[in-house]
Parts: sequence; C-alpha cells; structure tokens
Amino acid sequence: MEEALLSIEGLKTYFFTEAGVVKAVDGISFSLMKGESLGLVGESGSGKTVTALSVLRIVPKPGKITGGKIEFSGKNLLKNTEKEMQQMRGSEIAIIFQDPSSSLNPVYTVETQLTDVVMAHQTVSRSEAKRKAIEILNLVGIPEAETRMREYPHQFSGGMKQRVAIARALACQPTLLFADEPTTNLDVTIQAQVLNLLNDLKKKLGMSLVMITHDMGVIAEMTSRIVVLYAGRVCEIAGTNELFERPKHPYTESLLAAVPRLDMRKTLRVIPGNIPNLITPPSGCRFHPRCSYAKPACKQRIPILEEIKPRHIIACHEWRNISLTGEKAAD
Amino acid sequence: MYSKGVLLKKQVGFVHAVDHISFTVKRKETFGLVGESGCGKTTTARVILNLIEPTSGEVLLGKKNVFEMFKAASKANKLELRRKMQLIFQNPYGSLDPRMTVFDIISEPFIIHKHVPKSQWKERVYVLLKLVGLEEYHAERYPHEFSGGQRQRICMARALAVEPTFLIADEPVSSLDVSIRAQILNLLGELQERMGLAYLYISHDLSSVRQISHRVAVMYLGQIVEHAGTDELFKKRLHPYTEALVRAVPIPDPKLKIKKIILPGEVPSPINPPSGCRFHPRCPKAEKICSQKEPPMEELRKGHFAACHFPLLD
Repeated sequence: MEEALLSIEGLKTYFFTEAGVVKAVDGISFSLMKGESLGLVGESGSGKTVTALSVLRIVPKPGKITGGKIEFSGKNLLKNTEKEMQQMRGSEIAIIFQDPSSSLNPVYTVETQLTDVVMAHQTVSRSEAKRKAIEILNLVGIPEAETRMREYPHQFSGGMKQRVAIARALACQPTLLFADEPTTNLDVTIQAQVLNLLNDLKKKLGMSLVMITHDMGVIAEMTSRIVVLYAGRVCEIAGTNELFERPKHPYTESLLAAVPRLDMRKTLRVIPGNIPNLITPPSGCRFHPRCSYAKPACKQRIPILEEIKPRHIIACHEWRNISLTGEKAAD
Repeated sequence: MYSKGVLLKKQVGFVHAVDHISFTVKRKETFGLVGESGCGKTTTARVILNLIEPTSGEVLLGKKNVFEMFKAASKANKLELRRKMQLIFQNPYGSLDPRMTVFDIISEPFIIHKHVPKSQWKERVYVLLKLVGLEEYHAERYPHEFSGGQRQRICMARALAVEPTFLIADEPVSSLDVSIRAQILNLLGELQERMGLAYLYISHDLSSVRQISHRVAVMYLGQIVEHAGTDELFKKRLHPYTEALVRAVPIPDPKLKIKKIILPGEVPSPINPPSGCRFHPRCPKAEKICSQKEPPMEELRKGHFAACHFPLLD
C-alpha cells in the first residue's frame, strides 16, 4: 500500500465578497502519494490555485477555509496554529508562482532572500546559509552563482528569475512542492529548460510535486496522475495515460478535444458557453449547462465521486450511458 | 526605432527589432508568424500598419506602397487604407473602452469612416454581433459585463465594421482559457471563409499557429529564419532553431515521447545582435562560418525557404 503524503477531503474555501459568497473551492478531495507528480488541471476559476493556497493556509482575505480536512504526513493542517504553519512553509511545503517578478522582493538581493529562508528554518550561521544558497543556485543552473547572487531580481531575465524562485522554494529541501503555472509566462525554449530542471530536481531531492496548469501539453509531460477541476469541484482523477486515452468525464473529453496539437492538425471541438460564475454556480453538476450529454438529473443532483475502476475516479451521473473518445497519437 | 536613456535623453543605440524581413500574404490566406518574445513579431505588425515608421523597406498592399500613401496621401486616402487593414490585440481587456457600450464601440468606426449612414447603424451593429456569435441585446452592455472570449468577439466585430480585406491578429487567443481559445480559433476560420479575409496571425504558441495557418514563417531575433507551407514546415524542419522550437513544445499525449532539444542560454539582446547567423551562439550545429557570414535565405525544398549554413537536409 502506497503512503499518502497529502490527503485533502471535502475542502471548501469561500471568498466572502461584497457581491456575494464566491465558492472558489467547494468540496475538493484528492490525495498525493510520496514522490508522486500530480497534475491539477482546470481553467481559470476552477479552484486549482486556491486549493494550493489552502494547503499552505495562505488564502488571501476575504477568503476563508470553511470546511474539510487537509492531512499532511498524518497531521491535519487546519488544526495547526499559525506559528506551526510558518515553520512548515518553506521547510516542508513550498510553492512557486507563475510570475517570479512578483514573488521575489525587488529591494533585496537574491543572496539576502535565499539566506533569509535558510536561516528562518535552520539554526545556521549566515556564512553557512550563504554556502547553502550558492549550492542551491548551482543546482538550479544559474551560472557564476557567487557573483550573481549579489544582484537584484530585476537584473535577471524571466527564465533566470523563475530559477531563483525555484531555488528559494527548494532552499530547505521541502517534501512537497506546488508549482502554480511555473512556465506560463516563459518562452517555449525557456519553458523546456525549466520543466527539465523541475524533473531533475524532483528526482535528485525525492520530493513530491503538484503541478498546477491549464496547459495539457505540460501536464502530459510532467505528471503521472491528474486531477481535473471544474468550477471548484473535482470532475475526474486518473493516471495520466488513462486520462488522455480513456477520459470518462465529458468535461475532460471536451477539454482534450479543444486543444490544438503541434504534431497534427485536427478539428477543434468547441465547448459551448462560458465558465460559470461562482457566486451563483449552476445547480447539480456544475458542468451541465455546457455538457452535450446532460440529462434532467444532472441539473438536480450533485454527482458524487465514485471509483469506476481501480484508480479512476469520476463525478458524473451519465458515465455509464456515454462513450467518449480520448486523444489519439498522430499518424 | 531607437531607445533613449531616460535621464540624459541621449540615444544609446539602435534596437534592431526587425531586420530585413520579407514575406507576402496572399488573398484569403492565413500567414502565421511565430517566434519567442522579443523576436519582432509585434513590431512587424505595427510597421505594416504604419504605427511605427520603419528605418528602411516597404510594405505593399495590393499594388499600393503603404508608407508612401501615408506620407503623401490626403486624409481620405489614409482612411481608405486604414479601412483595408485592421488589427486585433492580445488583451481584450485593454483594447475596449470601459465607458462605452458595445453599440458605441462597434459603431465608432462608422463615425470615423462615414461609410454607413446613421439610419443603418443599428442594423449593421446587429449584423456584426451575429457574425461574431453574440446577440442583439449585448449591444446595450458595457465591456466589463463580458468574459474574455466574448470581449475578443467584440474586438473582432469592431475590426470587421470597416469591411477590411486584411486582418492582423496579434496573439488573439493567448489571454483566453483553453475551452474559449478553440471557439475564437474556429470563429477566425469561419469568418475567413465567409468574408474572404486574409490574416496575419502572430503568436508564440506553435500549436495554434499550426492549427490556423496556411503558411508559416519562423522569426528569431528580428529575422525570418525559415518559411514554408504549414504542413511542410512542421513535418520537415530545415532550420535548427525551428527544430528546437518544435521539439520544445509539450504535446498533450503522454505516450508520445519526443526527444527534446534543450537550447542553452536565452535570446540575446537585439541592440547588439550576434554576428553572422544570429542563432549561432545557441545553435547545436554551429561551426566557424556561422559566426562570420550571415546565411542567405534559400529555397531548399519546393516552396520551403530557410536561412542556414547547415540546414537539416537528409
């Protein structure tokens, strides 16, 4: 039996805004095994980032975790005090964001930002912390680390900045790393460098990775299991190969059919309509207004997650009555 | 084009944003321009529309020289030219005035170009809204009431209001969600068929370029390094940069294991571009000559051009 490092059960994170309560995450459950690369896939407003922020307990106001359980190494993080959480962030769970320029502090040198992280979590001298910082900068592939660490974030290019952000996240060797759209802002050739680096580091440091993205290509390449989110709920969880070849949820299928591919030209199938508003989300299955297989029951009852075969979990009323097609390889 | 030092207002150097670019877009065709940030894609679009004056070179629309027309011609002729070429921007949040209703936005071109009598405005706006897949009642709303994809549709309706023959789409789907991208790409295709439009489709996203373009040119650091028909270009890459670019793109198919080519380093500064072939410092195939002599653009296969001393021929 594999051991779960992180298990989330019925997580609810709501934002109490003036316009109404935004149910950004509304009952999400999944677990992550030790050493696994898990993908969180969904469009904007699906709740993927808020899920990550909830695990780290850094949901910005007016957001609040209103229910559920987040177990990390057997402890319920929602019961931790803020002080205990502070100790965990960075040392056990870390996160890198889409935009490295906004997550690095522009008025401190890279050296200060890295050594501060190390010294916050380990009882080491500044010179020892500096040695560790150089080591980690070398690891993420920044040339002449010793000179460059004296520079400020704006002196680094986009790809290099993201490397610095990765270095800072990994400085204390966390067991779990959330990567929230880490390459969305980068050019393709730089994206390839950064993805390669993340894969290498994951192997070297033996950590678990949660890759958050809307890019089906990145997810296919980087993960072994995928959680598909839509409007704050889980649609489908399956192994990466299984999900691409035999998707069982209509949303997963439409998402795959809507993405153009470089290795072949295909007819893009369009998902009609727009992403729903989360203050007044659709009743029943949240995908039903855009789903071509929807039946009256989909509007009335919320589908529950069920394991339809080993390690393949979906939430859909109609899955028995429909047959879907997955992605086929190019000719 | 030049950049200025902020404090001294002294010219510090020339940014060779676009350097010796030549290509043609045929009628009713989509020409894709692909490259990484800073390669000069957007600058090319702006020069074509005469929003930036080029240092040298010419742009012909039909048989008319665009720059000369803009310099010499009367206001009426300039407007005539503007009517033929329109632009859609990447960010539909920034390119719509938040204080105008959709009706005002789409009918504004009628005020400027005076090609539609006021009595017909309403009817025309409704036709345009239908054309881009929106409803009549949307005309009374403001941009903030729409989602990103819908806003991009409004931008398209506005561009089409002057009945252009040539549309430049600069990263039109990059800021949209995956499920919405397909809608807009398909809409671009439909409109082309119905109205006989020619597109210059600019993007860094190779997959969408492949999906929509008939012919494609790959740019690197201000120059075109390779161009050909879409299928030919993506199947038979001749330039090492194109090869690396194509192999860097993650394919949404976990079973497909593509051997990646990871290019070292980053795109150099266009202020002082590398000598010879601009790609040589990052090129896995580079030899001595590459840093000395600029490779000429040659037709290496039928209709397939590349500028490389050591193209990837069998």
